[in-house]
Amino acid sequence: MPNLDETVVREKLRTYITHELIRDPDYDLADDEGIITGGLMDSFALADFAVFVEREFGVYIPDPDLTVEKMDTLNQMVARVLKG
Amino acid sequence: MLTPETRNAYHTLLDAAVLRPDQPDASAIIFVATDAQPITITRADFQARTLAYAAGLRKLGVQAGDLVIIAHLQNLESIDAFWGALRMGAIPSMFPTLTEKLDPDIYMRNMNALVRRSGVRLIFTSDEFAPVLARTAHCPVVGSSELAGLASAAEQASFQPHTPGEDDIAFLQHSSGTTGLQKGVALSHRAVLNQLASYARAIDLRPDDVIVSWLPLYHDMGLIAGFIQPLVQGIPLVLMSPFDWVRHPALLLRAIHEYRGTLTWLPNFAYNHLARRVRGHDLAGLRLGSMRMFINCSEPARHESHQLFLQRFGDAGVREEMLAVSYAMAENTFAVTQTPPGRPPRLDIVSRQALNENRLARPATPDEATTILVSCGPTIPNTQAKVVDEAGRDLPERRVGEIAIRSDCMLTGYYKRPDLQPFTEDGWYLTGDMGYIADGEVYVVGRKKDLIIHAGKNIYPQDIEAIVNDVPGVHPGRAVVFGVPDEREGTELIVVVAEVDTDDPQERKAIARAIRQAVARASDVTVGYVTLVGPKWLIKTSSGKIARGANREKWLRQQL
Repeated sequence: MPNLDETVVREKLRTYITHELIRDPDYDLADDEGIITGGLMDSFALADFAVFVEREFGVYIPDPDLTVEKMDTLNQMVARVLKG
Repeated sequence: MLTPETRNAYHTLLDAAVLRPDQPDASAIIFVATDAQPITITRADFQARTLAYAAGLRKLGVQAGDLVIIAHLQNLESIDAFWGALRMGAIPSMFPTLTEKLDPDIYMRNMNALVRRSGVRLIFTSDEFAPVLARTAHCPVVGSSELAGLASAAEQASFQPHTPGEDDIAFLQHSSGTTGLQKGVALSHRAVLNQLASYARAIDLRPDDVIVSWLPLYHDMGLIAGFIQPLVQGIPLVLMSPFDWVRHPALLLRAIHEYRGTLTWLPNFAYNHLARRVRGHDLAGLRLGSMRMFINCSEPARHESHQLFLQRFGDAGVREEMLAVSYAMAENTFAVTQTPPGRPPRLDIVSRQALNENRLARPATPDEATTILVSCGPTIPNTQAKVVDEAGRDLPERRVGEIAIRSDCMLTGYYKRPDLQPFTEDGWYLTGDMGYIADGEVYVVGRKKDLIIHAGKNIYPQDIEAIVNDVPGVHPGRAVVFGVPDEREGTELIVVVAEVDTDDPQERKAIARAIRQAVARASDVTVGYVTLVGPKWLIKTSSGKIARGANREKWLRQQL
């Protein structure tokens, strides 16, 4: 697998979340903002995120990692993708 | 099994197959989860577990006829408490649990409104939430471990079950609604058994069926089809938590594959969710060919969603004739209609113009713009449906009006609400759904009132508007909420349009964020779009009220 650049991953995920999940391209998403606990998206968006990450970065995130506790912020998501 | 032919052998829900002494080792419930081994509850286990809860409730002083709210996570404990309550004669009602998003104070305020109005005797919840709820609840709260351990072995052995009458209220189903609009739909043992008998005929239920369900138990579809039905009929239920399923949709497919599932009930959005969000890796090797019916229920069935589902899962064994539709509501216990097993639902391709402008579902000519409607099937054997105009007069086939139903499985009434009369003088229940009948099958086209159906959940716009109006920066009374169809999700998304006084982009962003957070904390629904507008954007009626329909049209036009 190619090495993933953190900045690229972060910005791709940010764009995906604001455009596809929050549906507000102007939304200033903070890196440590609770995306699900903050009411920005339903928890079924976690499944959407898993599909996106596999397609975009070739990373398969197993089900036990797809929880609100582990994937609530952009920081958490970026870290998980970089883990491969 | 309970069918129209055997109906007379059943008197109450306590005649359920799961409570009979024969076949103690038969599987009653298999609980599956992403991160744990499956748990199998046999009939003998079920009887022992529910007895402990029944005796425990009695020891707490709960009497026959008392209302017990079960606000637990969806798991085996809430099922045990429900049947424990039934066995000692209390009236159980399943409720959504407190989640990580909800504000506990707001949750308890709503719960206390219910306690006051309906005279709740006891709230049963998880060990974790019991101390939180007990701080502010206006009635006793008990956690699962405490209740399970209350009655000694001797007390359980000497437990005398309550013998209800056939017309006694068995349980309540609560409609959605967050601001005290909650109405408890009271269902008698007789009504529930009549529904199950009739529905067994409609889906050709068999002893070798296996029901697989991810649905929440507080919802009529999850409660009746995915919970009461299998236990009464003696059919195995493979159950999972809705929280687990939405994050890991392949769990349902794995359960079908593993246990050779034959029946499942899904709101329309679930077809899209499964088709779009099950990863190839998770689908590999799964076979779904054991299924008899995937039954689309509780929000309008969309042809596109069925097609998407077929395309995605055809190779795994899903065939067109497995797709089915039911139109259901708590007031009729559950199903009103059901498409017959073994054939796909009929499609009605009608003229869009005639439908929208003349309220007539006329088959389209080749050069017209069309609307494709998916049939909900004929009524189940014990239920009649008709369509009426605003004056209550019967309408002919293909004329759109309000759907009215009559059956022997309807609610007794709204619990402790004698002011709400559910029936017309000649015993019909007006559903609030708009639709038509063609060739003996029912088609639903919309709602009479501004109800939003989002991911199978009924949401009243006024509930969300009340929350938004309290957000600082929103001009009080100048918020409007409506639903818009979303092709990708296969459901309606919730739109908030709110008037604000500030033009500052940063302030506006903060207000938009606060609106999303406030709605999630107070109602557990997620807003799809927040649009902030300045003065004079919102359209009002001549009486000064904000017109939801007109603002919805304006918003949709601006999106194009």
